[in-house]
Amino acid sequence: MVLVLALGDLHVPHRAADLPPKFKSMLVPGKIQHIICTGNLCIKEIHDYLKTICPDLHIARGEFDEDARYPETKILTIGQFKLGLCHGHQVIPWGDLDSLAMLQRQLDVDILVTGHTHQFTAYKHEGGVVINPGSATGAYSSINQDVNPSFVLMDIDGLRVVVYVYELIDGEVKVDKIDFKKTSTSNSAP
Amino acid sequence: MIADDDEKWLAAATSAVKQNAFYMQRAIDSNNLKDALKFSAQMLGELRTSKLSPHKYYELYIRASDELRSLEMFFRDETARGCSIAELYELVQHAGNILPRLYLLCTIGSVYIKSKDVAAKDILKDLVEMCRAVQHPLRGLFLRSYLAQVTRDKLPSIGSELEGDTETHMDALEFVLQNFTEMNKLWVRMQHQGPTREKEKREKERNELRDLVGKNLHILGQLEGVDLVVYRDTVLPRILEQVVNCKDELAQCYLMDCIIQVFPDDFHLQTLDVLLGACPQLQPSVDIKTVLSGLMERLSNYAASSVEALPNFLQVDAFSKLNHAIGKVVEAQVDLPASASVTLYLFLLKFTLHVHSDRLDYVDQGFGIKPSEHGSCVSQLSATGKLCDDKASKQIVAFLSAPLEKFNDVVTILKLTNYPRVMEYLDHDTNKAMAIIIIQSILKNNTRIATADEVDALFELIKGLIKDFDGLTDNDEIDEEDFQEEQNSVARLVHFLYNDDPEEMSKIIFRIRKHILTGGPKRLPLTIPPLVLSALKLIRRMRGGDENPFGDDTSTPQKILQLLTETVEVLSDASASELALRLYLQCAQAANDCELETVAYEFFTKAYLLYEEEISDSKAQVTALRLIIGTLQRMRVFNVENRDILTHKATGYSVKLLKKPDQCRAVYECAHLYWAEEGENLKDGERVVLCLKRAQKIADAVQKMANASRGASSTGSVSLYVELLNKYLYFLEKGNPQVTGETIQSLAELIRSETKKAESGAGTFITSTLRYMEFQRQQEDGGMSEKYQKIKMEWFE
Repeated sequence: MVLVLALGDLHVPHRAADLPPKFKSMLVPGKIQHIICTGNLCIKEIHDYLKTICPDLHIARGEFDEDARYPETKILTIGQFKLGLCHGHQVIPWGDLDSLAMLQRQLDVDILVTGHTHQFTAYKHEGGVVINPGSATGAYSSINQDVNPSFVLMDIDGLRVVVYVYELIDGEVKVDKIDFKKTSTSNSAP
Repeated sequence: MIADDDEKWLAAATSAVKQNAFYMQRAIDSNNLKDALKFSAQMLGELRTSKLSPHKYYELYIRASDELRSLEMFFRDETARGCSIAELYELVQHAGNILPRLYLLCTIGSVYIKSKDVAAKDILKDLVEMCRAVQHPLRGLFLRSYLAQVTRDKLPSIGSELEGDTETHMDALEFVLQNFTEMNKLWVRMQHQGPTREKEKREKERNELRDLVGKNLHILGQLEGVDLVVYRDTVLPRILEQVVNCKDELAQCYLMDCIIQVFPDDFHLQTLDVLLGACPQLQPSVDIKTVLSGLMERLSNYAASSVEALPNFLQVDAFSKLNHAIGKVVEAQVDLPASASVTLYLFLLKFTLHVHSDRLDYVDQGFGIKPSEHGSCVSQLSATGKLCDDKASKQIVAFLSAPLEKFNDVVTILKLTNYPRVMEYLDHDTNKAMAIIIIQSILKNNTRIATADEVDALFELIKGLIKDFDGLTDNDEIDEEDFQEEQNSVARLVHFLYNDDPEEMSKIIFRIRKHILTGGPKRLPLTIPPLVLSALKLIRRMRGGDENPFGDDTSTPQKILQLLTETVEVLSDASASELALRLYLQCAQAANDCELETVAYEFFTKAYLLYEEEISDSKAQVTALRLIIGTLQRMRVFNVENRDILTHKATGYSVKLLKKPDQCRAVYECAHLYWAEEGENLKDGERVVLCLKRAQKIADAVQKMANASRGASSTGSVSLYVELLNKYLYFLEKGNPQVTGETIQSLAELIRSETKKAESGAGTFITSTLRYMEFQRQQEDGGMSEKYQKIKMEWFE
């Protein structure tokens, strides 16, 4: 069982001062094996903070990120899954699932993790799964009118991934989970 | 040399003591009173020496007094056996030398008291007077110390079995007071013995003996019957009289401290006048601030630990008395360094915070200037000007932090009118550090600053971070990282300046802007974005309100957007063009949501201008253009004409990008500008296809170039074709009538042939696309598969 934290669009300090305290107390160092970040941190302090939670940190570049060296897209393999990472402002129309599916085909990954809309989604389509962990700080978005802080924890176990989404609604942390399965090691969806 | 001799003499004396003690013990064991007395007297004779230093004498004394215990027990046994105490009392006085005589007298005297044959007070009086015979400071001190020690358990103290009436209590009290007085006199006299050059050495030696004198005060503290009245009327005045009159710095300092530590806090509270009144009478060299600090600290802890006592503080007006006393000290001691006076006020402040935490006016007083009073922290500092003294600076930071920690609420601090004035006295770096402390308090405690006036007050406090100090624009020495962190703190702070009421929030936005704009080009790129975003949040809230307090007039969101235009403009002057462009686009979307077409158009114009004139790096252009296209694609507020103009420009920019692959991509993305899900009039199928075809031409050019330079990887261009294919599929699915099966087929053919020519590297993309197409064809829902049936896919391997 491999735990992967997916989060992004924190927009610190432009749109938020910090992660919600309830989230911070949940993100304990040593429990998570990988962090995938969709971008828009935006400052080094957040990068350093994430590094303390888990040293294996992958970040894609958001349009407001201070550090210009983050890549536009990133591909990594975790267990039986190939994951792709991209902030999402590059995919037009923004948040359009079909356009995202195209990106997924292009990157040839089982799971595409993307952000920009500040809206949690977990969507299965022909080419695999698209996951958007939303905004971990609940930051303002011109695309999404009603943003709640959220992040995703993926539990990768063999050919199965359980996606836990944590959302802060009215001061309480609500959890939901979704199951996905690969039918074989090749890149095809059931 | 002298140290060695000291050791030698001590060794000799000790062995003599031991020897005599041994014989004394033998005599005791055989009930030989006469011999016991003889040998004890001899033993005590060793204490007559003048050769030992106080430290060594002490050791000898301990030895001897230890041995006297068995003698005391022997006396007790003798009297039990029938020997008359009075006789014994008489007998011991036959000892030859006065010092041994007096030690023995004290010993037997204590037994006498216990027997209750004679009134205790008579014996006590006798003893304390007789000890006067020894005027040698060191010997007298120890003798009286022995007296105190041996009579201690015979006095009616708290918890002892000896009770008594008020008279007994007063007698005991008198005894201890007298012994104390005499001991202090002896102790002080030690200072004047011997040559001036050894003054320091003597003082050090005296210091070692101070507890002998202080012990008496402890005993006083333990006595039964010393209640508040007795303390106030008898004990304290007598002690203070001695303290003041002895005119000795060491004694005064030590004893004042002793008084404060020994006696109960509520006594101090009720006798505050008297205690403080003694302070100015002390020697000028006495470190009064330590005394006062000790007192204030005790009182603070008292207040903190017992809530019931708090009203008493108010009743005796403790605060004003202490404030007054400090003022007098500061006034009198002209050479007092700034750090010392700040320390005093710091203790007073802590006292106030513990005792009168609801009295902000007291706290403010401690900070401020009151012309009629004797001075205060600020008036003290204004005399010295800006502080260069590290120690004083540290104290001031502690001073300023104390109320922060106590209240955990910066809003309360903002009410202290004198707080900012004290901050002025810090040097630049410390001032900034203090400002950061204030900000951190807000962040940590989630404090909301909810009014425009509070915002002003807050920015006044942190102005060291907000702008350059007058005359100092040189920032070379500031570490870049530190500077960023500083400004990021200010940025984070903006999110705590907030009010639910849109009108007040509006005011807050304007005020923040006013302050931030004084920051200069280095700060603005870090501080303007949070302001802009905070304003956009406000606008969204204004729109969301059920009842529009401004009627149909949407001018207030408009006013704010106008403000934002002017604000972001400043950024573009500060050479933060990419950031400015992104903010313009954010604002445009907000204007779109408010249905303000002209405003939105203006934002786009400004963004385009920046793109054309300021953004020259090719990578930056690609991203910026993407953002423009992405934003424009979502805009619904434009009429056809405006939309066309903007779209046309965007496509224009697309074809002018530096690298052809980027051009191709940007152009096919522009296709989305002609197709929006909502509304039929936003779906222009023809223009979409035109875009895609144009993109394909560019891809052809890329392919040509790749083929021309053999060996160069042609993967890029084939990928472009595959991307285009996917885009066609996208629009096919959306129902664009202009996307025909033939168009797609021919493109697919092209891909096939190009892939055959060379290693394409786009293999997986092609595979996944084909797989997708097949999947869609197999769809059971008729609509999708119908569309895909149009495409002949014989070439599908």
